[in-house]
Amino acid sequence: MPKHVLLIEDEPNIIEAISFILSRDGWTVNTHSNGTTAVDTVHARRPDVLILDVMLPGKSGYDILRELREHPETEGLPVLMLTARGQTKDREMAERAGVNAFMAKPFSNSEMLEMVRSLSTP
Amino acid sequence: MTTLNTLVAVCLGYVLFLFVVAFMAERSALRGNGRWLRSPLVYTLSLSIYCTAWTFYGAVGSAARTGFEYLTIYLGPSLVMIGWWWVLRKLVRIGRTQRITSVADLISSRYGKSNLLAIGVTILAVVGTTPYIALQLQSVTLSFQVFGTPAPAADALHDYTALWVAVGLAVFTVIFGTRNLDANERHHGVVMAIAVEAVVKLTALLAVGVFVVWGLSGGLSETLARIDASPLGHWQMEGGRWAGITLLSAAAFLCLPRMFQVLVVESDDETHLRTASWAFPLYLMLMSLFVVPIAVVGLDLMPAGSNPDLFVLTVPLSQGQEGLALLSFLGGFSSATSMVIVAAIALSTMVSNHIVMPIWLRFTGGGASVSGDVRHVVLVSRRLSIAGVVGLGYVYYAVSGGGTALATIGLVSFAGLAQVLPAMLGGIFWRGATRVGAFAGLTAGFGIWLYTLFLPSFGSGMILPDALMQNGLFGLGWLRPYALFGIEGMDPVLHTLFWSMAFNLGAFFLASLVSFPSPLERLQGAQFVNIFQHSGAASSWSGGVVQSEDLMIMAQRILGAREAQALFAREAERQGHPGALPETSPDFLEALERELAGSVGAATAHAMVGQIVGGMSVSVEDLMAVADETAQMMEYSSRLEAQSAELSRTARQLREANAKLTRLSVQKDAFLSQISHELRTPMTSIRAFSEILRDGSALGPEDQAKYATIIQDEAIRLTRLLDDLLDLSVLENGQVSLNLRQGLLCDVLDRAEAAALAYTDGPRLQINRDRKAETLVLNTDLDRLSQVFINLISNADKYCDAAQPELDIRVVQTAESLVIDFIDNGSGVSVEARDVIFEKFARVSDGQAGGAGLGLAISRQIVTRLGGAITYLTGQKGAAFRVIVPQGMALAAQ
Amino acid sequence: MTAPAEDRPRRPSLFLERRTYRRRRLMDAARLLPLLGLLLWCIPLLWPSGPEGVTSSGALTYIFCVWLGLILVAFGLALRLRSEEVDKLPEARK
Repeated sequence: MPKHVLLIEDEPNIIEAISFILSRDGWTVNTHSNGTTAVDTVHARRPDVLILDVMLPGKSGYDILRELREHPETEGLPVLMLTARGQTKDREMAERAGVNAFMAKPFSNSEMLEMVRSLSTP
Repeated sequence: MTTLNTLVAVCLGYVLFLFVVAFMAERSALRGNGRWLRSPLVYTLSLSIYCTAWTFYGAVGSAARTGFEYLTIYLGPSLVMIGWWWVLRKLVRIGRTQRITSVADLISSRYGKSNLLAIGVTILAVVGTTPYIALQLQSVTLSFQVFGTPAPAADALHDYTALWVAVGLAVFTVIFGTRNLDANERHHGVVMAIAVEAVVKLTALLAVGVFVVWGLSGGLSETLARIDASPLGHWQMEGGRWAGITLLSAAAFLCLPRMFQVLVVESDDETHLRTASWAFPLYLMLMSLFVVPIAVVGLDLMPAGSNPDLFVLTVPLSQGQEGLALLSFLGGFSSATSMVIVAAIALSTMVSNHIVMPIWLRFTGGGASVSGDVRHVVLVSRRLSIAGVVGLGYVYYAVSGGGTALATIGLVSFAGLAQVLPAMLGGIFWRGATRVGAFAGLTAGFGIWLYTLFLPSFGSGMILPDALMQNGLFGLGWLRPYALFGIEGMDPVLHTLFWSMAFNLGAFFLASLVSFPSPLERLQGAQFVNIFQHSGAASSWSGGVVQSEDLMIMAQRILGAREAQALFAREAERQGHPGALPETSPDFLEALERELAGSVGAATAHAMVGQIVGGMSVSVEDLMAVADETAQMMEYSSRLEAQSAELSRTARQLREANAKLTRLSVQKDAFLSQISHELRTPMTSIRAFSEILRDGSALGPEDQAKYATIIQDEAIRLTRLLDDLLDLSVLENGQVSLNLRQGLLCDVLDRAEAAALAYTDGPRLQINRDRKAETLVLNTDLDRLSQVFINLISNADKYCDAAQPELDIRVVQTAESLVIDFIDNGSGVSVEARDVIFEKFARVSDGQAGGAGLGLAISRQIVTRLGGAITYLTGQKGAAFRVIVPQGMALAAQ
Repeated sequence: MTAPAEDRPRRPSLFLERRTYRRRRLMDAARLLPLLGLLLWCIPLLWPSGPEGVTSSGALTYIFCVWLGLILVAFGLALRLRSEEVDKLPEARK
């Protein structure tokens, strides 16, 4: 049974790239590009792995993650966070929000794939 | 018959006796056991120098000539003494607290330490007193003459007598008047000698009186009957003279330099006044009691034409009472000598302090700080002044040659010195009195006195020529010395008294009213007039314990309780006292003053201690010193304040700079973070797709082309971002050079429209323009302006969310500028976003836009460089931007 | 804060006030005395001059009696003022 990934990202080209890479590996990829409605989408889709961008229109990735962690259903959801602001303080903020993995853009496709794979197998 | 030789021997013996008395008094005062020296009795007796030889001899003469007029000379002072609560109490208090040394000092001190006034009063005093001293010399000479045989050599002898008396008096005065230079100007020896002489005077006159009444007339009632039967039998008195001379003598009693000396300067304790208030009138009454009987008996017994001034001597002599005559002679001698001595001391103080010392100080360059040196100079100057004053009296005597009746000279002198009265009383009762007023009053009064009484007193033709006496100055009748303003027939003394006082008072009040006092003068005026509020109670009330306690209270306030108590205990222990309070010894006071000076400054400490211990109010010098100190402290503290203000200003600037740096740092961090994001985002796509292309053999050619296009787009986006960043950096640093050219606005817009919409796809933006309005010649950097237009048009293209996007470009030319509006038909920019759209990286749209959010920031920089402005227009349907280009750069295309 | 405690210090001050009051009246008397003397000694101005006027012995007696009277009153005032001050002395020391 194919694993399900939800990608929340607002750059169309990046969405296209990640979707391509994951679906080629056999993942089911859903995408969403609005921060405000992201949490609801996660609850509706119930993905196995969530890939979350930080800079989103409406609501930041950190806030979304914190909300997810407060919910029992999504408390343990594996989350990979992507950000274009690769400073250490961004990483620290992500960890404090309860992230499972953190990657700075631009990333290597294979590394990203490996990361998603490792997150999906507990 | 008493020979001249025995007379001289008696005189010398008497003088020697006085020397001894004065010497003993000085000795015991020095040893500090001279309490009896400062008894009220001695004070009262010392006042008797009012009764000079003029009184002793002249009163009888006056009674024989004019009846009861002589009484007025005593009534005036009696009233002043009985009314001590009015004036004398205040004068003595002022004299003690302000350390007044003479009348001149009092006047000068009250009117702001004016030396000019002091000199004026001194001159007035010298001029007024010199004839009086001459009068004393004359009386001594005359009394010698009574005893002497009428020999041919008599005239020469008189001169010698006067000369020897003058020299002797000068020597005595120098010895006892300038022995020590006491700050209080008190001369115990002199005062004691005067007191003894007062007793001799009174005894002598009473003895002659008793002899006349009971020895010659046979009893009191017989004497009264004899008086009624005599030429003086009925009351004969000119009312004007009775009242006028009573007032004049009262005034003179206060103003005479010698009276001021004994009343105020030599006063040890103001409570002595209380005793003197009744005792001195008693003395005066006794002095005048037997005057009329002696005069009446003298007129009876003595041959016609004999000098009534000498009845006191000649009546006993004629009855063979040589011993009584000798006593009487000694009484007259005492009267004369005591007056000369005190007058010389008083005048020499004035002359030395106000004339000699200022001149000496000026010539020596004012080295007054060398105290030992000055002390010596002051003594020498005093001694010379004494010799000068007595010498002047002798010269006056020798030149005038005796002559006029004694009483006349006395009144002339009184009238002269009474001119000081308005300035004196005005000074101590009226705060409005000013130096100018005092000077004007004194000058007017002195001038009139000089012209109408003093100069004529030498006799017609002596100094003032006869013609002037008869016809007046410059031949003006109303300026005749004895008939000013044409009022004739007045008694000369009353005439002078009336006019001089009228002008004196008038000038004093008028000038005081119109002039303005200096600060020092006002301060002194307040101190003098309100002396009883400023100075404490009489010092005799406060014992040593009270002082120590007061000092303790004060010291605690200044030093703090514990330290003050420690200091006092230490001092008490040093003095060997069991208690906590030490004696107020000079050592202790000095130590305390030093201690206090550390806290409040030397002058303040001195003033504070002085006020408590001395019972003195603070003198003006003290206050000035305090003010100086305070000013210095204030200056010092204001310097400190300025420094601390500067420090805090610097600190504030540092804080501001720091805050600015922090803000800049935060901005820089945010900017770098933004840049990083903007660069990484396209690079992410590029890297992802290039890896896909590299790995992906399974890709169809369509996908390959698609991904390659994405890579290219993102690369272009990156390039544009870098361009924008560089552009913005150049613009912000002001390094851009404008390339000014002329061109048509419509051409610029055409180019911008074409460039903005070149690569766009999707629903094509419709642009509505009015080409006619755009036909304007611009003189500006056309490329830069075009860049702004491109940005605005492409923004509309990207962000306008209408189904049929339209952009209106409207051009309006105003007087000062050219206004170009870009208005689309979308939903516009939200209110909260309008503030930030011109900031860097301020993208407000939801993502899809291709720009990095630098466009509007760059546009704003450009328009600002061109001298115009770009704003967001509110109140439009869609997004609306207004570009304003200054008119100087826009010319209508003709 | 009982009533007697408040009353106690007040009583001497009342006493003191009466005393200072009397002292002030004494001062007034001391001030008035010379004016009285001046007035009495101005009475001779009203006397007629010449042979039909007041005799010299009468004039002398009048003037000296006034004199003596003034001296006695002044003496009395000085004594009273002095005793007032002596009374005040211990208070000043408190």
